[in-house]
Amino acid sequence: MNLEEKLLHGDKRACARLITMVENNQQEAFEIIKNHYNKTGNSYVVGITGPPGSGKSTLTDRLTRELLNRGKKVGIIAIDPTSPFTGGAILGDRIRMNDLSLNKNVFIRSMGTRGSLGGLSKATQGAIKILDIYGVDYIFVETVGVGQSEIDIVKAADTVLMVMVPNLGDDIQAIKAGIMEIADIFAINKSDIDGADKTQVEIEMNLDLNEEMDYRPPVLKVSARKKEGISQLVDSILDHKEFLEKTGKLKDRRKRNTEIEILNLVEEGLMNIIFSKMKRKAIFDEIIESVMSRELDPYTAKDQIIKLIK
Amino acid sequence: MDMPIRVLVAKPGLDGHDRGAKVIARSLRDAGMEVIYTGLRQTPEQIVAAAIQEDVDVVAMSILSGAHNHLFPKVVSLLKEEGADDLLIIGGGVIPEDDIPKLKEAGVEEIFTPGTSTKDVVNYIKEHVKR
Repeated sequence: MNLEEKLLHGDKRACARLITMVENNQQEAFEIIKNHYNKTGNSYVVGITGPPGSGKSTLTDRLTRELLNRGKKVGIIAIDPTSPFTGGAILGDRIRMNDLSLNKNVFIRSMGTRGSLGGLSKATQGAIKILDIYGVDYIFVETVGVGQSEIDIVKAADTVLMVMVPNLGDDIQAIKAGIMEIADIFAINKSDIDGADKTQVEIEMNLDLNEEMDYRPPVLKVSARKKEGISQLVDSILDHKEFLEKTGKLKDRRKRNTEIEILNLVEEGLMNIIFSKMKRKAIFDEIIESVMSRELDPYTAKDQIIKLIK
Repeated sequence: MDMPIRVLVAKPGLDGHDRGAKVIARSLRDAGMEVIYTGLRQTPEQIVAAAIQEDVDVVAMSILSGAHNHLFPKVVSLLKEEGADDLLIIGGGVIPEDDIPKLKEAGVEEIFTPGTSTKDVVNYIKEHVKR
């Protein structure tokens, strides 16, 4: 059997190899995705995001167990940061999910961001499609630990779960724009710690101020370590899924995400064309020098580069 | 960006000492590799499952408990059973000289003992990685 047939037969090695090939931009993997794209869209993608150390990985482990108990098959993509200096990475999310490794209905893959800054890696979308073809019911995409504005997950997920912890900041943090706006569900993890109630009230009060809201995100207190509130959290994901499906908003969301994905791919393709026209940086280096010596300005430089592809 | 070498760093068996494994993980990171760190007390089966799902090029194991003669070859044979025979498998820890030839015969390609420079490990991996 070749890789493609193995993937269709649910072979974990083939699935793993193809995700590597997507990460490394190898054409064969994209050909296989092309061949089977018409069968994708069946996996429901849940984004798990939140600050570093909030318990995203442990919570992903618990949510996966709950879905397994409900007879589902689950894929997990766990992303950790790549060093901007060496290109190396420590991918350490799996350590919280080791017991799931042997379960035949779970596939876990760690990925480095490899230069992306929005909390995901460039290959995440491709990896989601490979897992979709491999055949899982749910895909958890765990982002890198986020701060305030890494919101790429919203472009890849059907439901976004925001993991918070008590006592990270005051109520001003809750009203800021950015990451707090993209959640469909809030889970306050480590809620056995003092301050969980206050954090919950702050988030709820902030949600009260939203004027237009077709779905009010629930704010749940959970403890991944003590396994408390997990079943309710899974229920809230399924409630949101049902809402999106019934109202037709799942289609709207996926349409928006498809648009962004295509534009990103086109942008990447154009950049590749531009760089090859500039003879892999030789011309670019000259232009940079001219701008540095003030013979040229950055705006004219841009026009000159754009002209190369016309 | 070119393809980084992916390495699984794992601690099979029951000893609770992972300082060395963490130091190695960090040096491999600094050498531009993607290190999947799986932590303490892993069974050979868990290590093999992780190596396959992560599609790593290298499996690097550390043992300080003395169980290396059993656990290292077990991981090698399970990987072979799964058809994953293109991986570089290396080990480290407190391993007596006398045990090293047997471990190499079993398919652990290199053993690093205490005092090894992290640079030597990095260079060994870069020279011997199979794909």
